[in-house]
Amino acid sequence: MLGDKVLMVGNEAIGEAAIRAGCQLYFAYPITPQSELPQLLARRMPEEGRVFLQAESEVAAINIVYGAAGAGARVMTSSSSPGISLKQEGISYIAGAELPCVIVNIVRGGPGLGGIQPAQSDYFQATKGGGHGDYRLIVLAPASVQEMVDLTALAFDLADKYRNPVMVLGDGTLGQMMEPVEFGDIKAEIPSKPWATTGRKGRARNVINSLYLDPNKLEEHNWHLQAKYRRIEGAEVRYDSFNLADAQLVVVAYGISARIARTAIEMARADGIAAGLLRPITLFPFPTGAIAQAAEKAAAFLSLELSAGQMVEDVRLAVNGRRPVHFYGRTGGIIPTPQEVYEEIKKLAGEEVAK
Amino acid sequence: MAKVEFNEERCKGCGLCTVVCPEDIIALAARINKMGYHPAQVKEMDKCTGCTLCARICPDCVIKVYR
Amino acid sequence: MKVVFERPQALSDVTTHYCPGCTHGIIHRLVAETIDELGILERTIGVASVGCSVLAYDYLECDWQQAAHGRAPAVATGIKRALPDSIVFTYQGDGDLASIGTAEIIHAANRGEAITVIYVNNTNYGMTGGQMAPTTLVGQVTTTSPRGRDTKEAGYPLRMAEMLATLKGVNYLARVAVNSPANIMKAKRAIKQAFTVQVEDGGFALVEVLSTCPTNWRLDPVEALKWLDDNMIPYYPLAEFKVSGEVK
Repeated sequence: MLGDKVLMVGNEAIGEAAIRAGCQLYFAYPITPQSELPQLLARRMPEEGRVFLQAESEVAAINIVYGAAGAGARVMTSSSSPGISLKQEGISYIAGAELPCVIVNIVRGGPGLGGIQPAQSDYFQATKGGGHGDYRLIVLAPASVQEMVDLTALAFDLADKYRNPVMVLGDGTLGQMMEPVEFGDIKAEIPSKPWATTGRKGRARNVINSLYLDPNKLEEHNWHLQAKYRRIEGAEVRYDSFNLADAQLVVVAYGISARIARTAIEMARADGIAAGLLRPITLFPFPTGAIAQAAEKAAAFLSLELSAGQMVEDVRLAVNGRRPVHFYGRTGGIIPTPQEVYEEIKKLAGEEVAK
Repeated sequence: MAKVEFNEERCKGCGLCTVVCPEDIIALAARINKMGYHPAQVKEMDKCTGCTLCARICPDCVIKVYR
Repeated sequence: MKVVFERPQALSDVTTHYCPGCTHGIIHRLVAETIDELGILERTIGVASVGCSVLAYDYLECDWQQAAHGRAPAVATGIKRALPDSIVFTYQGDGDLASIGTAEIIHAANRGEAITVIYVNNTNYGMTGGQMAPTTLVGQVTTTSPRGRDTKEAGYPLRMAEMLATLKGVNYLARVAVNSPANIMKAKRAIKQAFTVQVEDGGFALVEVLSTCPTNWRLDPVEALKWLDDNMIPYYPLAEFKVSGEVK
């Protein structure tokens, strides 16, 4: 067993956390930069008497998840951007049939085969549905290896609580970096699942399904799903902040970008610039209320992302035109240096805060 | 002694039973059922041997056989 | 007089949506009889696919999961791996299994997943309006092969049973037809064997069932039985290809 504090790379930390959270089956397909996770679980799951299966494709893996989740088990799969695109059909079915599962996306640069370096360019896909139909995933964005542990455990609990797929959205840097982590007291509390297809002994038969040929029934189902998403928005928003209370320039950043932002904000503060950080931990539900509240005092916002500008749209919706919202990002696997983010903060402070 | 019971309201009038009956005693009725099909009927029940062939080829499980 | 033939208990007491004379209903009944005879209703989970049989979950009294197009063997794998004591079967058409789902069926078979696959081949995509399938016969007219299937354009009909018989992971594999009482009785024996293999932890079993599609073949139901005999069976011979893991 692992001790109190151990050094682990992010991908492996997710795997170990999943085991402690009671993940019973894990379905894999190799892709960089998440392969440490299936490699760890290929060894660890059988040790724990649980199931590891390498599927023939990401498409098969997500559909095996559907079957196992529908049978009532705690289930996880993982991939990286191109593989997550392949899983979208299955994710839509899982969302439609309201099956709980955890999907890890260790994001790399796109589009297409893109590259294997870290990126945050799957934000739209993760937070706006990703596949066909009106649905949402709960999306958790860790910013440290410790959070990869904590949010993986939370992901299983939220998935079961809401009967909804949950995505842990990391990036290649978080997946590969090594940090000390504690596993603390992760509990595997799996609720009873009377809806699962476990064989109809002693009850009426169960059907796991997303097909509603009657448009009235399908609309009713859609409103049911939307009501669930509104409940999630009401109860599950999580974010962190740094120097936010008096911030005139609020940087909004998640995951690895938030760590760079924090260093840049410290540099700006040393220069007397009132910069602060708002770090969404849940990307869906998005911390719209916290950003709207920050907009009451702040002069301007900066969305910092490893993309060409995706989360910035949600920041703008939250700010709702009351303050300027700027964007700074790098793409293709390039990670901005704290210095270049600091320069951007300094430039914006000169333009916006002085007004 | 044998007989067959046809659940005529479930019959889609496909006629498969009519061609497999070795006694040739099944035919589609002139009337139509609630679904709008001419249901299969037995003309001469006393000739039925209870062989079950009609029931086995019926795609809609319309036929119950006694023997 | 005693009842010698009636609706099996595992077959729901409802009218199906299938067209008059469509033999899906016969195959459903054979699966239901098998479930009754093996006494496995309370631990059986069916996986419905996409196509005419998408609503199979309304017609058999077991638990069901409805799968995405072609993915039923993957879904069945997930159920069986989560619940090894359950009896899991897929019910798939030829568009589902032989076209969009070829990867899933080949790999489930190759892994020797302990599932039963009922593969219904009627040489076309019935639900969407009778389009050409991988199983459409050479020269057969469909709504997307209006001049008949041309092998230069569309290749040759896929014999899935023969292909899958080459895989070590397969325990039982047969092709049957449901176009006559005699063939139906043989089909029943094969389907029962394919479930028995799973009950006895034998591994992967598949039965390809040649089935009619009177509506899309533009034939009356009785003519369709004969068309199957005259055209399908010569190309898709009826046989047990594998029994107890041995090639026949």
